[in-house]
Amino acid sequence: MLNIRDKGAAIWEKWNRPQRVTFALVLIFFVALLPYAGEFPLTSFLNTPITSYQATLVYPVAMFVLMALGLNIVVGKSGLLDLGYVAFFAIGAYTMGILGTTTGLNTWEILPIGIGLAMLSGLILGLPALRLRGDYLAIVTLGFGEIVRIIALNLKQTGGPNGVVGIPNPPAIFGQKFSLDDHAAYFWVIFLMIMLVIWMVRRFTVRRPGRAWEAIRQDEDVAALMGVNLLVYKLWSFSIGAAIGGAAGVIYASKVMFIAPDMFTFNVSVLILACVVFGGMGNMWGVILGASILAYLPERIRFISNSRQLVFGMVLLVIMNVRPDGLLPRKKREKIKQKEAK
Amino acid sequence: MNFSVLTTQFWSLCIQGIALGFIYVLISLGYTMVYGVLRLINFANSEVVMVGTFATVVAQVAILKNPATSDPLHGTRLVLTLFFALVFSALACGLLGVLVELVAYRRLRALGTNRLASLISAIAVSIVLSEAVRIYTHSAPVTSPRLLEKWSFGEVAGANFRVDTVMIIVSGGIIFFALDRFVNKSRLGKAIRAVSMSEENSKLMGINLNRVVSLTFFIGGLTTGAAAFFYTTVYETTQFNVGFNLGLAAFTAAVLGGIGNLRGAFYGGLFLGVLEQFSSAILGSQWKSVTVFLVLVLVLLIKPSGIFGEAVQQTRT
Repeated sequence: MLNIRDKGAAIWEKWNRPQRVTFALVLIFFVALLPYAGEFPLTSFLNTPITSYQATLVYPVAMFVLMALGLNIVVGKSGLLDLGYVAFFAIGAYTMGILGTTTGLNTWEILPIGIGLAMLSGLILGLPALRLRGDYLAIVTLGFGEIVRIIALNLKQTGGPNGVVGIPNPPAIFGQKFSLDDHAAYFWVIFLMIMLVIWMVRRFTVRRPGRAWEAIRQDEDVAALMGVNLLVYKLWSFSIGAAIGGAAGVIYASKVMFIAPDMFTFNVSVLILACVVFGGMGNMWGVILGASILAYLPERIRFISNSRQLVFGMVLLVIMNVRPDGLLPRKKREKIKQKEAK
Repeated sequence: MNFSVLTTQFWSLCIQGIALGFIYVLISLGYTMVYGVLRLINFANSEVVMVGTFATVVAQVAILKNPATSDPLHGTRLVLTLFFALVFSALACGLLGVLVELVAYRRLRALGTNRLASLISAIAVSIVLSEAVRIYTHSAPVTSPRLLEKWSFGEVAGANFRVDTVMIIVSGGIIFFALDRFVNKSRLGKAIRAVSMSEENSKLMGINLNRVVSLTFFIGGLTTGAAAFFYTTVYETTQFNVGFNLGLAAFTAAVLGGIGNLRGAFYGGLFLGVLEQFSSAILGSQWKSVTVFLVLVLVLLIKPSGIFGEAVQQTRT
């Protein structure tokens, strides 16, 4: 089987610092140009029928990459199966929706509030739920996702089934204006957040929390025996994942200007989880690739409109069976190190 | 908040809850049997329920030629029609269960990969199933003919014993009892229990693992199909998305009772059915699922393995 992961990793390990920085900068440059890829003849095959390519790039593609990276911390890094990740997305979106329409605060001021509330709800859910193991955690998180949606559906403050309308767009920042049709600006904001998350996860991975998560993922009992405080590190992982979901929600609500409970169904949680598993659990680059493909594919095949979900399901089924560890599975650093030692 | 129903409709809610509970029991057997053997959440089971409801309609309308507007049947013909629909739906779901296992699980199981891959693969199968039915039915609800006239046997303490309620409780009880006997007494049941204790050891004892797994999916499908028949008989309508809520409730019931345990599913399902009826009567039906999940969290906090279950292993990813 083609092993891009180990080859890529090997090249990366060989490089020195300036080479790595140059590569990262070039990569960032090209990704930042992605919103205009539809206009170049060479990359115009990316254009999506019916929906606008730029809009697709912001939601779902970039948004899903961001959320999949957040969920990857929970599912991929620490091995906690979360089936209700959409709850945090919804909490972020409703924070933006309610505060944005009732108070004078703007998006950038609400962003930290939304992140904080999502983290807080992660803590409140996590404190009882993270004591549970395995599949019990899965069902409790699933239930939490549904509860958040049902509460949003039935409360007067959240607008019930009609949702919240007239959410303000973000104000201009550094001379960059934001409006409903200005997709590139949103893409850059989310891209910035994605880069921040990547940086954060990379730092975590090589430090104490990352090692604790890895230990918990491999074997909870052994980790506890080695003195890892299970609940504390699980809560950290859970609430950091929640914070990223909340941030995505705030930006999403501010972009589409309208939110309703039926945008936050269980299907979204499943799709994001599918992005993580499909790309390669635990490996950020795999997750990014997986999320890009799974978010982009249904839009690209929209011309077969009625059966596109059917085709999507079949593709997912086939690829999961052909590459069960995902497209780019977790890197096995030890292997490379061992080769070097020889 | 309407607590007066506790005094005025107590027994009536109980009997309705038990009937609903039996539907949940039969569906949650589809989850719990598979979980017991493979330690996997059989996510596609919710769509198996959905297919079962359509199989019931097909049996009644297309095969036995009772158009949607036909009058209620009586006597032997009624019994035979219902029995045929029940068997048809159960067999269809049983075979579908086997097919789901072949398509979604078998290869991944042979590769011995992480459990989440199987989960996503099962989710993919359920997307395919529900989308296929959605396209075929043009997203429209399908009604089943009212073949069973819903007359009542009479009232006891305010509880109305309707014929469909009694039918569900009696036949649900029989199906559960038969399954319990099968798993605990028969040779094949012994093989299922052996595999659920240890896959490797049961292989060493000469048990054909793949056959036992297929059998488990088949039995889980049978009970799920029976539940789908009861559901269609009571509610007389179905749609491509009925599976999700039913499956979710049944899965909750299985966890509540202790997943992987037949009797756990039984008590969990009944408890959940009654709880749903009472919470929708007291708080309003929109808060039904919230109550259910809060109770679930409380139960799991006090007894993390469910009411009747043993502690599960941690998720290995």
